[in-house]
Amino acid sequence: MSKHLNLTLHVWRQKNAKCDGKFVEYPAANISPDMSFLEMLDVVNEDLLRRGEDPITFDHDCREGICGTCSMVINGRPHGPKERTTTCQLHMRSFKDGDSITLEPWRAEAFPVIKDLMVDRGALDRIIAAGGFVSVPTGSPQDANALPIAKEKAELAMDAAACIGCGACVAACPNASAMLFLSAKVSHLGLLPQGQPERYTRVRDMVAQMDAEQFGTCTNHGECEIACPKGIKMENIARMNRDFIKASLTNRSVVS
Amino acid sequence: MSVAEQSIAGAEARGHGFLASSVGRKVVMAATGVVLFGFVTVHMLGNTQAFMGSEAFNHYAEFLHSMLHGGGIWIFRAVLLASTLLHIWAAVTLTLDNRAARPVGYREQQPMASTWASRTMRWSGVILAAFIIYHLLHLTLGSVHPAFDHANPYSNFVKGFQVPAAAGFYIVAQLCLGLHMWHGVWSCTQTLGLAHPRFDACRRHFATGLTLLVVGVNISFPLAVLAGFIH
Amino acid sequence: MELNSHIPEGPLEQKWSKHRFDLKLVNPSNKRKYKVIVVGSGLAGGAAAATMAELGYEIECYCYQDSPRRAHSIAAQGGINAAKNYQNDGDSIRRLFYDTIKGGDFRAREANVHRLAEVSNNIIDQCVGQGVPFAREYGGLLDNRSFGGAQVSRTFYARGQTGQQLLIGAYQALERQVGLGKVKMFPRHEMLELIVVDGVAKGIVTRDMVTGEIESHVADAVCLATGGYANVFYLSTNAKGCSGTAIWRAYKQGAAFANPCYTQIHPTCIPVTGDHQSKLTLMSESLRNDGRIWVPKKKEDCGKPASQIPDADRDYYLERKYPSYGNLAPRDISSRAAKQACDEGRGIGGTGRGVYLDFEDAISRLGQKKIEERYGNLFEMYERITDENPYQVPMRIYPASHYTMGGLWVDYNLMSTIPGLFVLGEANFSDHGANRLGASALMQGLADGYFVIPYTIGGYLATIKPGTRIKADDPAVKAVEETVTDRLHRIFSIKGKQTPTHFHRELGKIMWEYSGMGRNEAGLKKALELIPQVREEFWNNLCIPGTGQEVNQSLELAGRVADFLELGELLVLDALNRRESCGAHFREEWQTGDGEALRDDENFCHVAAWEYTGEGKAPARHTEKLTFESLHLATRNYK
Ligand SMILES: Cc1cc2nc3c(=O)[nH]c(=O)nc-3n(C[C@H](O)[C@H](O)[C@H](O)COP(=O)(O)OP(=O)(O)OC[C@H]3O[C@@H](n4cnc5c(N)ncnc54)[C@H](O)[C@@H]3O)c2cc1C
Ligand code: HEM
Ligand code: HEM
Ligand code: SF4
Ligand code: F3S
Ligand code: FES
Repeated sequence: MSKHLNLTLHVWRQKNAKCDGKFVEYPAANISPDMSFLEMLDVVNEDLLRRGEDPITFDHDCREGICGTCSMVINGRPHGPKERTTTCQLHMRSFKDGDSITLEPWRAEAFPVIKDLMVDRGALDRIIAAGGFVSVPTGSPQDANALPIAKEKAELAMDAAACIGCGACVAACPNASAMLFLSAKVSHLGLLPQGQPERYTRVRDMVAQMDAEQFGTCTNHGECEIACPKGIKMENIARMNRDFIKASLTNRSVVS
Repeated sequence: MSVAEQSIAGAEARGHGFLASSVGRKVVMAATGVVLFGFVTVHMLGNTQAFMGSEAFNHYAEFLHSMLHGGGIWIFRAVLLASTLLHIWAAVTLTLDNRAARPVGYREQQPMASTWASRTMRWSGVILAAFIIYHLLHLTLGSVHPAFDHANPYSNFVKGFQVPAAAGFYIVAQLCLGLHMWHGVWSCTQTLGLAHPRFDACRRHFATGLTLLVVGVNISFPLAVLAGFIH
Repeated sequence: MELNSHIPEGPLEQKWSKHRFDLKLVNPSNKRKYKVIVVGSGLAGGAAAATMAELGYEIECYCYQDSPRRAHSIAAQGGINAAKNYQNDGDSIRRLFYDTIKGGDFRAREANVHRLAEVSNNIIDQCVGQGVPFAREYGGLLDNRSFGGAQVSRTFYARGQTGQQLLIGAYQALERQVGLGKVKMFPRHEMLELIVVDGVAKGIVTRDMVTGEIESHVADAVCLATGGYANVFYLSTNAKGCSGTAIWRAYKQGAAFANPCYTQIHPTCIPVTGDHQSKLTLMSESLRNDGRIWVPKKKEDCGKPASQIPDADRDYYLERKYPSYGNLAPRDISSRAAKQACDEGRGIGGTGRGVYLDFEDAISRLGQKKIEERYGNLFEMYERITDENPYQVPMRIYPASHYTMGGLWVDYNLMSTIPGLFVLGEANFSDHGANRLGASALMQGLADGYFVIPYTIGGYLATIKPGTRIKADDPAVKAVEETVTDRLHRIFSIKGKQTPTHFHRELGKIMWEYSGMGRNEAGLKKALELIPQVREEFWNNLCIPGTGQEVNQSLELAGRVADFLELGELLVLDALNRRESCGAHFREEWQTGDGEALRDDENFCHVAAWEYTGEGKAPARHTEKLTFESLHLATRNYK
């Protein structure tokens, strides 16, 4: 059992979307290094509750790095200092006794703050709804093995499909661009034969929805790639740009 | 707010044009950027004739102006002008979009991958714009030139750079060009979808190499004049 | 209350196709006139909502997360079963059916399980069609692994993220319907009550978790696909938000709750590190294919680092007790064995509640490279959490509450005892009997959602006239809404000192101690004394800050804990009344000489379905007899 930590938190508190928020300082006393980051916040919140104060609101669910719910910027990095690790999988041993930790919500026009560190990421769902799917009604597909897929292709598609929709890429991007998120879906489906029929309409529609949601554009800063807890690569953005150019050149609908 | 309460624009409801879309404008920026870099590189090569003395240089200028019975240069000027204007238009609109995309900033943000060059593209760009204007007035129109002689580009070139302030501004501008190129050359391959893990290493090296070459040679001109090496 | 399972006549193999033919159809032009509410967007709910929308019904889908894609199905690692027999190793619908019944220790319905095995193959086709990137062979065909004590390779998987990939497939199908305007999605909405009018399900009351608004939503039918209630143990492999609230509310409105005591413990989870622990993380069972499980023979060795304990002083207890299955013995068996070892004081790790899962031999036999290929991502995850490198020191694991076979009672059509209320996925009790085999829950969730409910719902809707739906402002509806607001007021008015988590933890300790891996009469009776005490204190000493008209995570939790405090009691009561051991339900009084579960088929070859009889009244225990026509009852033997 290594020794316990005493930390100071600077947390963004904001009652709701309308009020403006501010940073509030909280002590986090004797924290076990074995705790996960969220368990540390649980401890802080339990005290606040017992003192009848409003605990810090933050999104979380699975706490095993797969649901993509947890979302906070820790000391200027989405999901904190450990690469390829979500906030819920981050452990306190990544911090030193006496550290002070700044906690902020994802910041983007497309992600309005709901309360404290909780934001509304509905925009990502709407981007999927605009085209991030294969149109195959239940019962219609042929036998699963009727269509062999090269292992390498399947693996590449899986790499892209690993995206958990957390939005850290947007939070990290200096332009608040969602390109890494989009490109992960466009690549996942575009690499597979099942995704071919809608390959080009998909990328057009998803990009259009992304623009409608007020995300920024990619100027190839590469911050998203490093912040991504699932290691989604910028290579996907290049692939998506490729498809988008092709889609636009082959688009028969009159250009406005 | 439930997803249902917000509109998912249907494909046709959008009829979304290439130039209206963010990615489309980004592609325009890259394509025009390639033209501009292409020009700058060729331009740099052409200018090296300055080292071969007035004969060669004036002859080269003469050739430029007489291509296709003098029409060539206008075609090429048109392309250049259009590219620059498109590029600036895309740059400005996208920059505004990106500002709007994050109205509230972070108290702390640790850059992990982005470079100083990538974060200052708009500024290096703006300075380049200013430079281009000055440069045209200086060596093409001569309006800001101490002793401009339409017939003798070589002397314009030499006399122009004998003014330390002018030479100094050229040098600063070339450094901005360097920043802009270093990120731009790498970045545009990504934007145009040419990036691929197999070539990623060379992409960086190519950008670095081309930048050093263009900037290095370009800077050598004013220096050479100041040093009296070209006179 | 009569429990009519509505199993179709005819031979087992033809029941489902015959039933599909016999079911009434809804006139296509009428479909859009029917509205169906689906609570839950996991594999079961997501698949059901998307498919019913494709058929033309008007769908509303609810989930408590901020996006339907985050339902806890996302966390499933291992894989999904299907009887494709691509490996040509003798698999068949019949074998999958048999394995599932046997795995469930003969406490599930033959007809349901056979239907499950039949549609399992369509599921794989559907998912591949959606672009689920299942693992493949170099030839480009689908790969399989063997899983959870099955002798054939029938498990399809996508790295360690099968649940995620299947859910994203269903989620994309769902979002497509949202985009087409056929599904109205309500994320961050928690169902707090079921609306039942004249004995028929008419809708739900929800709380908007952002604005705090209490809203009534009415429909022609309601489907609950709200997952399992394993969080009644506080610590489990479930997500923090998983709760029993939806099904518990339905139970209190008259839906029978079947076999609440059938809860599964997963043998390989990362052990607890301290009181701060908020959830437990599962390490995929596939690890047991190469890892060897052991504890020190001598208590005094427990403190030592594993490397200093010579092989002679190690007790590979599973290999010792179950030579033929060894480390692959089924979940309930290996879980109990681990508990036993720790109870004997031979547990390892800081808390003494842990056993080793050792890859030393596998690494020296196959080389680290191979092990990395097979389990790389799992080893990473383990190191991320424990800060120990499993390539060098053995993993520490311990069983954890994981899955609940029990749930709302449903008939062959997945309809509960309340007409118009259907229950899908882990929320119902249907297919796993007393124990679930690995990789079968994903199969069941998707079977219910893609291939069962879309047919059976029509059979129900065809019996009601379109346009006769009750209005949301009907007094009967408002009355139900009242009860919800009242309950919330009551919670705020307590103004005590303790946090909801405190009570949840207390309940969890009791459940785990007396109703966990091993159960006995005395312990269960003790639990029946303790739980009401905690509940009592909860309603007198709870403190919830803020108001109901805003985001209030403490309030959300309090509501869930309040329901767990009641559900837990029913679970214990059921365990007490099932005087036999079967599958995951282990009553210490009923075991063979060598500690195997001892079934009592004379008296307990039935489903126990509990009926709510009113506040403070003892619930009524009804039974549905289980008859096995196609199989004969046999004792499980994994030796
Ligand atoms: C860690 C882990 C690993 C697993 N691995 C495997 C495996 O390898 N193979 C396998 O076959 N099975 C596995 N399982 C089991 C399997 O994942 C689940 O049984 C199955 O996914 C349940 O799906 P579901 O749709 O029924 O419920 P869930 O996926 O849990 O969905 C529940 C839905 O209901 C919603 N909801 C719940 N309550 C409310 C409410 N009151 N109001 C509104 N909405 C509500 C939630 O928002 C969610 O959308 C695993 C389970 C866990 C926990
Ligand atoms: C004239 C004023 C200019 C402005 C305001 C400007 C601005 C910008 C901006 C904001 C970007 C986006 C950053 C990025 O995408 O990485 C950019 C990119 C670029 N610029 Fe400029 N620039 C200007 C001039 C030039 C010139 C003169 C050249 C060539 C010599 C050039 C070449 C490029 C290239 C190649 C890119 C990369 C495009 C991409 O990555 O898609 N720019 N410019
Ligand atoms: C130190 C570096 C440079 C030198 C010495 C230089 C020199 C010259 C000279 C001598 C001319 C006049 C040619 C003629 O009219 O016959 C010229 C024209 C021009 N230069 Fe440069 N230049 C340099 C850098 C640049 C850069 C970086 C750019 C663009 C970003 C640029 C853009 C132009 C343009 C647009 C013209 C006008 C061509 C025309 O006549 O249409 N130059 N340059
Ligand atoms: S790409 Fe990475 S960072 Fe972005 S949403 Fe997906 S998982 Fe999160
Ligand atoms: S950080 Fe932003 S600029 Fe592009 S490469 Fe990533 S989206
Ligand atoms: S809580 Fe699910 S990923 Fe962090």
